[in-house]
Amino acid sequence: MTEAELDFTCPFCGLACDDLRVRVEGEMMQIQANGCPISERALRTLSQASPIALSGVRLSGAPATLTQAIDAAAGLLRSAAQPVLAGLATDIAGARALMRLAERIGAVTDHMNFGAKMRNVLTTQDRGWITTTFAEVKNRADTLLIVGSDLATRFPRFFERLITQADAMYTDSAARRIVYLGDPAKARASRAALGPRLEVIGCDNEQLGEVLGVLRMLVSKHPALSGMRLEHVGGVAALQSLAQQLRAAKYGVVAWSAADFEFAHADLTVQRIVELVKDLNKTTRSAGLPLGGSDGDLTANQVHVWQSGFALRSDFGRGHPDYDPYNNAASRLLERGEADALLWISSFNETRLPPPADVPTIVLGRADMRCEREPEVFIPVGTPGVDHAGHFVRSDKVVTMRLGKLREGGSPPVAQVIAQIEAAL
Amino acid sequence: MILKLKGGKVYDPANGVDGEVRDIFVQAGRIIEAPREDARIAQEFDCSGMIVMAGAIDMHTHIGGGKVNIARAMLTEDHRHAVDHHGHHHAAPSTLETGRRYAEMGYTACFEPALLPINARQAHLEMGDTPIIDKGGYAMLGSDDFFLRMLAAKEDQKAINDYVAWTLHAAQCIGIKVVNPGGISAFKFNQRKLDLDEEHAYYRLTPRQILKSLAQAVHDLGVPHPLHVHCSNLGIPGNVDTTLGTMQAAEGLPVHLTHIQFHSYGTEGDKKFSSGAARIAESVNRMKNVSVDVGQIMFGQTVTASGDSMAQYRNSGLANPRKSVIMDIECDAGCGVVPFRYRDQNFVNALQWAIGLETFLLIDDPWRVFLTTDHPNGAPFTSYPHLIKLLMNRSYREQAFESLNPEAKAMSTLKSITREYSMYEIATMTRAAPAKLLGLRDRGLLGVGAVADIVVYRNENDPEAMFGKPACVFKDGDLVARDGKIVKEKWGNTHVVKPEFDRGIEKSLRKYFERFHTMTLENFKIADDEMREIGNGARLCEHVTRHRAA
Repeated sequence: MTEAELDFTCPFCGLACDDLRVRVEGEMMQIQANGCPISERALRTLSQASPIALSGVRLSGAPATLTQAIDAAAGLLRSAAQPVLAGLATDIAGARALMRLAERIGAVTDHMNFGAKMRNVLTTQDRGWITTTFAEVKNRADTLLIVGSDLATRFPRFFERLITQADAMYTDSAARRIVYLGDPAKARASRAALGPRLEVIGCDNEQLGEVLGVLRMLVSKHPALSGMRLEHVGGVAALQSLAQQLRAAKYGVVAWSAADFEFAHADLTVQRIVELVKDLNKTTRSAGLPLGGSDGDLTANQVHVWQSGFALRSDFGRGHPDYDPYNNAASRLLERGEADALLWISSFNETRLPPPADVPTIVLGRADMRCEREPEVFIPVGTPGVDHAGHFVRSDKVVTMRLGKLREGGSPPVAQVIAQIEAAL
Repeated sequence: MILKLKGGKVYDPANGVDGEVRDIFVQAGRIIEAPREDARIAQEFDCSGMIVMAGAIDMHTHIGGGKVNIARAMLTEDHRHAVDHHGHHHAAPSTLETGRRYAEMGYTACFEPALLPINARQAHLEMGDTPIIDKGGYAMLGSDDFFLRMLAAKEDQKAINDYVAWTLHAAQCIGIKVVNPGGISAFKFNQRKLDLDEEHAYYRLTPRQILKSLAQAVHDLGVPHPLHVHCSNLGIPGNVDTTLGTMQAAEGLPVHLTHIQFHSYGTEGDKKFSSGAARIAESVNRMKNVSVDVGQIMFGQTVTASGDSMAQYRNSGLANPRKSVIMDIECDAGCGVVPFRYRDQNFVNALQWAIGLETFLLIDDPWRVFLTTDHPNGAPFTSYPHLIKLLMNRSYREQAFESLNPEAKAMSTLKSITREYSMYEIATMTRAAPAKLLGLRDRGLLGVGAVADIVVYRNENDPEAMFGKPACVFKDGDLVARDGKIVKEKWGNTHVVKPEFDRGIEKSLRKYFERFHTMTLENFKIADDEMREIGNGARLCEHVTRHRAA
């Protein structure tokens, strides 16, 4: 069995760290340097899963050949009146192939994370924003405000790589001020990572809209506040001090993960964040940092936007894309019985399962994926960066990472399977 | 298999051919000598009464990369409008639509002028998904911290040249562009304006120093395309002086000043906004080291997408619809996307329109002025046929001028300019000249050995109709469009230039990446075989430097 230690670019969260070292022995992979709980878990489970791939193709639970499965998948999609392509956790090549398929069969497109991502998309489509990217944060940010998001759990190396141990060109890393505003439960992991350096101002995430509204008034020294002795108002004093910090910062960064805003109309909370950033830019520099990208949500959306002009949740049924982020949610279409076939794609994470649905289902997933209901067609696919090379869009969108290949003999790439299905239509 | 284009009226300025009736023969994607009488002609196109030109080349059009995709993502209403109007004048078209519309209009190569090296993969992926046409990019430098640190540390020009060459290789580009020299970086330090001789607050460098160093590097490396310059002070009344100063700052080195319309504003008149086109044209006519493209505006909805985050932030209050995206990017660059609606009854917009046309008409040499709208910043590229008609037909132009805002009309000399562009001049500025400026030796011309990117137009009296829907468009010898409709889809090539350099520069780059960057040096670079994957299997065309050509 061949043995090697390889560089690894990790596609298992939006940070896409490219400084990992992995020891590969046949199909087994072990991280030697710069791992985190997410990458460790992913490579451990993928190592264990590898033998299953050999006999993973199934038709309604029964072993089948790849050709049989491709034909069955093509048959289901061909006869569907309203097919849905969802999940869409794949690389650029996979997303390109899916676009061709969506156009060809008139499908609706959706990503497993779009419900969260949509909060940001709606904000840019409504008012726009001022944002920044990782290297700017690392080298420039003297103040970081985290709004209601559990960054340490979702992006385990965020603080290490960009905030605490970072060698910075224009600021003193050790002197950065880090403040958390929002649900204290979502600050726990970050608190554990940063210790008392993290200042926490607690409120419910659902209240963030109002709290940010007050913060904006304080930042812009709204006339309505003149003469008020706010230091005596409970909670407001902390906000007043935060407002002063943000105004005094040379480059203040406001970070959030829209996935942590799980309440109705959360896009309006995102909008308050970005309007706060705009207010700050009247006198100093400040920028937002929306965090996402996990499961390839930005990857699929970027390709979708450049090929069709529209974001995901578009319907290709009328010969042109029809974008409707509410009506075209895969879960909604399935619940209401408006869709009659589902193609679910999940090549990074075996726990991201298709929504329970009563329609013929094709799953292109990791070999170790176990669905609640056995799908009509299951085709194991390789994981980009592990089983095959590819491209992945990092959280800050500007950087598209090159993914390599760690091991031989894995399942085929999503792009290849989709192309075969398309050819069999 | 030999293809014959029979008896067309040929305009091929690179070879001095001005409307002569000729046959053109094509084999294996190239133009060949007339074959022997008995040679089998597989396909013949009767071009009698028609006009034949090389495929058009757009040397400055924002077709791929982060800011373009931000514009697409923001402008849902624009796409819906385009769907309802069959793609007509779409401000931020998808990659598929971009390639198809360009090819339908007889364009066979387009160059993305603001490719951020850190964003190069995305830009090439988008261009890779742009069908039919060839593509290339200009790598943006001049606000990137590695370069600014080198220049501030007074490192030799030789080391800077190595870094510039390294960037062309790593980002797979064909030219170098500087945008608001140093200004994108200065904006990150809260400077809101940076004039030619104003110091960057941190690096203590001026745009003049940055410009000179980059123009020198491009020249020393033998890169055919001169430094592509987006001047300081975009959009600010009075910036004509900055622009004239920038021409001087090149100190005789070749420079290309882009979308010069946006940089040709004076401060005369009651509204302190006036045309600087005459002064600009006078200098361009005199300074043979300078070329320009215009960046003409057209009235209607569009979106501005630029690397100039400083200027875009300044203009974000004028956004229509009222939204904008501004980004600071990766110690490399920045960007700003601001939707705009130019209106003919708005004094400033009307004068901008006139300034662009004055510039076209007052610059004598069609080899040094290029037809652009800075797509989509001045207008979508689909307005080119209309623009050509404005240049070729004086009475049409005057009619259009009459409907403008009256105060703007009073401030423009446009009506006194009688010039009409000839067919030969249009062929020069849209084919021969851009190919020459970019160092594409076998494109933009119709001689034997040239790539068979060829357009056949019906000789209509209306240039707008003629240039809007050519009868036939051939790409690499394949018929791809007929009567303004795509008949065959394929993937175009990517054009690059790779000057020689000392790889020792990677030693300091590696150290810099390890300390300050968020990806490794190796992952920053795009390899040739990766480019094929990115480009859907398309070819990488490497063009020779001036040194090697000599």
